[in-house]
Amino acid sequence: MNERVAPERLAPEPRAEERKAPPAQTAATGYIGASVPRANAKRLLEGRGCYVDDLKLPRLAHVVFFRSPHAHARIRKLDLSRARTQPGVLAAFDGRAIAEYCSPWVGVLGHLKGIKSPPQHAVAIERACSQGEAVAAIVAETRAQAEDALQHVEAEWEELPAVTGMEEALAGRTVIHPELGDNICFRRELATEGVEQAFAAADLVVEETFGFGRHTGVTLEGRSILADYNAAEHSLTVYQATQAPHMMQDIFSRHLGIPEANVRVICKDVGGSFGIKVHVYPDEMATAAISVMLRRPVKFAADRLESFLTDIHAREHKAKVRLACTRDGRILAFDLDDLTAIGPYSVYPRTSGIEGNQVVNLTGGPYRHQEYRARLNVVFTNKNVTCQYRAVGHPVAVALTEGIVDVAAAKLGLDPAEFRRRNLIPDDAYPYTFPSGIKFEKLSHHQCLDKLLALMDYAGLRAEQAQLRTRGVYRGIGLAAMIEVTNPSPAFYGVGGARISAQDGATVRLEPSGMVTCLSSVTEQGQGTDGIFAQICATAVGVSVDQVRVITGDTGVTPYGGGTWASRGAGIGGEAVLQAGKALKSNILDLAAAVLGADKATLEVRDNAVCDKATGESKLPLAEVGRIGYFRPDTLPLKFQAELSATRHYTPREYAFTFTNGIQASLVEVDTDTGFVRLLKHWCVEDCGTVINPLLVDEQIRGGIVQGIGAAMLEECLYSAEGQLLNGSLADYLVPMTGDVPDIEVAHVCTPTRQSELGAKGVGEAGTAGAPGAVMNAINDALAPLGARVTDQPFTPERILKALKKV
Amino acid sequence: MEEFFETTITVNGTPVTRRVAARTHLVDFLREELGLTGSHTACEHGVCGACTVRVDGQILRGCLMLAVQANGRKVDTIEGLSDSGEIRDLQAAFHERNALQCGFCTPGVLMTAQELLRDRPEATRDEIREFMSGNLCRCTGYQAIIDSIEAVLIARRRTGRL
Repeated sequence: MNERVAPERLAPEPRAEERKAPPAQTAATGYIGASVPRANAKRLLEGRGCYVDDLKLPRLAHVVFFRSPHAHARIRKLDLSRARTQPGVLAAFDGRAIAEYCSPWVGVLGHLKGIKSPPQHAVAIERACSQGEAVAAIVAETRAQAEDALQHVEAEWEELPAVTGMEEALAGRTVIHPELGDNICFRRELATEGVEQAFAAADLVVEETFGFGRHTGVTLEGRSILADYNAAEHSLTVYQATQAPHMMQDIFSRHLGIPEANVRVICKDVGGSFGIKVHVYPDEMATAAISVMLRRPVKFAADRLESFLTDIHAREHKAKVRLACTRDGRILAFDLDDLTAIGPYSVYPRTSGIEGNQVVNLTGGPYRHQEYRARLNVVFTNKNVTCQYRAVGHPVAVALTEGIVDVAAAKLGLDPAEFRRRNLIPDDAYPYTFPSGIKFEKLSHHQCLDKLLALMDYAGLRAEQAQLRTRGVYRGIGLAAMIEVTNPSPAFYGVGGARISAQDGATVRLEPSGMVTCLSSVTEQGQGTDGIFAQICATAVGVSVDQVRVITGDTGVTPYGGGTWASRGAGIGGEAVLQAGKALKSNILDLAAAVLGADKATLEVRDNAVCDKATGESKLPLAEVGRIGYFRPDTLPLKFQAELSATRHYTPREYAFTFTNGIQASLVEVDTDTGFVRLLKHWCVEDCGTVINPLLVDEQIRGGIVQGIGAAMLEECLYSAEGQLLNGSLADYLVPMTGDVPDIEVAHVCTPTRQSELGAKGVGEAGTAGAPGAVMNAINDALAPLGARVTDQPFTPERILKALKKV
Repeated sequence: MEEFFETTITVNGTPVTRRVAARTHLVDFLREELGLTGSHTACEHGVCGACTVRVDGQILRGCLMLAVQANGRKVDTIEGLSDSGEIRDLQAAFHERNALQCGFCTPGVLMTAQELLRDRPEATRDEIREFMSGNLCRCTGYQAIIDSIEAVLIARRRTGRL
């Protein structure tokens, strides 16, 4: 690249992706593994994207919500009459009025045994159970007018006792939903037969309790929806910033009483999602209902305070973990007790039980012990709801596993890397069943560990660390091995009764010009779905990538499918594209064989033309295939019907989840006077199977790591004891900015999944899963000579100074 | 009652005159009144940089300035910089390195980066990080953004554009 010849001072280090060997290829070739810049980035670079709040429709009305100022309160009086008379106001509704058009929901799943949650309305009726819960909706001609009218809503509240602490909720002296009997949403226990014995027989048992702050996704684009009801057709078109348009189509249909096929959900550009935009939000459901009620388009766009108050939060766990091992450093067993608080409702339709359930499934995951005991309590509180945010449960499971592993290594006097080497599941042990019941197809922990240690020059860093300590410079090196759930089968949601599709579909169509259109049920939030699908499609059909157009995010157009969540887009949606592309190619060759009077087996599609397979000689350009197929089918044999589009679907079936693995390392320096931590460098070696586009994969990992760094260092939704959010702005809730993060080196080991021809596993959440554990271990490594240790995220300067007993 | 003021602003080189409510922020005026939706609102109090536009040649936060305050001044937005070709090399570098994901922060990031390229031609990588630290990107992890700006800085210096 050109800048390699630049002046020394500015010449960047060769980036990781330029140093590493190209990823291994599976049956698919061509553009698979190539760093093709994604075509759809161009409009975003010119400010010509289209996010929901950029849309205007004729007669568009704007809705805003009057929200509870209290964490828990009964609505004694709600008078909307003055608000209704304000300039521009079209209507004002309370919860009862909305409920006539939108039925309530309950966020439970059949396979999470015993999970419970009360019915939840789009707009609360009688009682608000968290600060920010909407209790009235004001609709006006402009958003400013609607916001002006909010101050004319007259409400009287009777404050109720707010349950804000997890232990307090578990103890249950005050029960938030008396009809449920207690504050426990979901409970799970499991134990292997020999776990007691393993702990009894162990040479060493270590124990520690880790705290995980509540944080949130902070999508730069707030949640937004424009619902457009057509009374004549009894149809609803919804433009929504969502990750799962078909799921939302089903939900709008069922809760608003509109036939499924009359509901169309369109996602145009989405300004970040990270799991925030895959849930059912009461205010968004209310917006759709109000569009039906007023028979006109209605828009809602959350402002930043509303985002902080009502976008799902995540984490807030307190987890005690014990580890038993032998004196020669062999782990025998893990014992977990996790308590997590989810707010007053389990979020619909994915439930808020999944994160805790994942922590139980994944704790200890990289290691080969055979005994495990876990207990999980998921409790209701009067704070905002929590649900699935990027890496769901993984950052918790990884940090507590890797944290306690470091404690054990230190007690045994073993180097943390060596201790991991002794315990990581061997690379030749697969398929492998982990004591929690999860199954691994094939992982590569040891290859990843070796590669990481070489990449970061682990030995050199240890030597440098020791030398710097003599000068009073406290650097730390932290490792975090991990496993990650990707490509989920219906075992995640479908088996529990949720109408959430685990399969995805793709239609690939030859256009008359010879170009190819690919329609997929996976959505694009910036991760590069459209780009990689163009690469897969071009490879499968035999055309150049610039000949492919990809359409996603429209239930009226694409095949049915799950959308984007749980690192599934590339692995599931990509396989559907591959198979649809191959089917189209076969159909193209049928037509070409008929035109050319040749044996289909001797033909191939390459470089936008049908050619002779043996010689590569071009026989029929695809533009000619398109012309004949669409405009001159009369010239084809009488019984021959050209089929120039093909649809295929794909569902992973063999394994419930296609696990990936990886390991991260963090290098930090702690200022022991101020408690500030400087992140000097971060490394990640990851095995996501087939890498479709290294440029996009590495950027996904880096972005994920930075969100993990945010969780570890900065981000926490702080609540008062009364349940008031104390930091609902971007000035008060800190997220990583350029100056907060180091350069991140990424490398890969490539173990394609054999379940699909593409071989791709997911990668979108790996960075977030592993980073907090690596950073925590690095900080504790730096603090170790001072006898200090931190276990409560985020690791703020205050917490570090407290650990150092300086405050 | 709201007060309105006749306001004339030269937006991307073209003067426009509107009666503007005094409380209207510049970014809302650009988005709602002129349909220039490339400038985004995300935090609405000057922290994230998604609404960054250029007023009389200097970048500022479109959510912290009232439209009436721009009366008689020149405002440039991402649409203008794109059409004039002023940042074509920067956009190409961002594209090549995938220095964006969802693209919501990107117009603001590019506006800020262009000011850095114009005013700090000798910037080091650390200084680029520092200069860009007022623009929140939640997707990328920033590295590709810094790489892209650094590459353009070097290229412009080589071709004498700086």
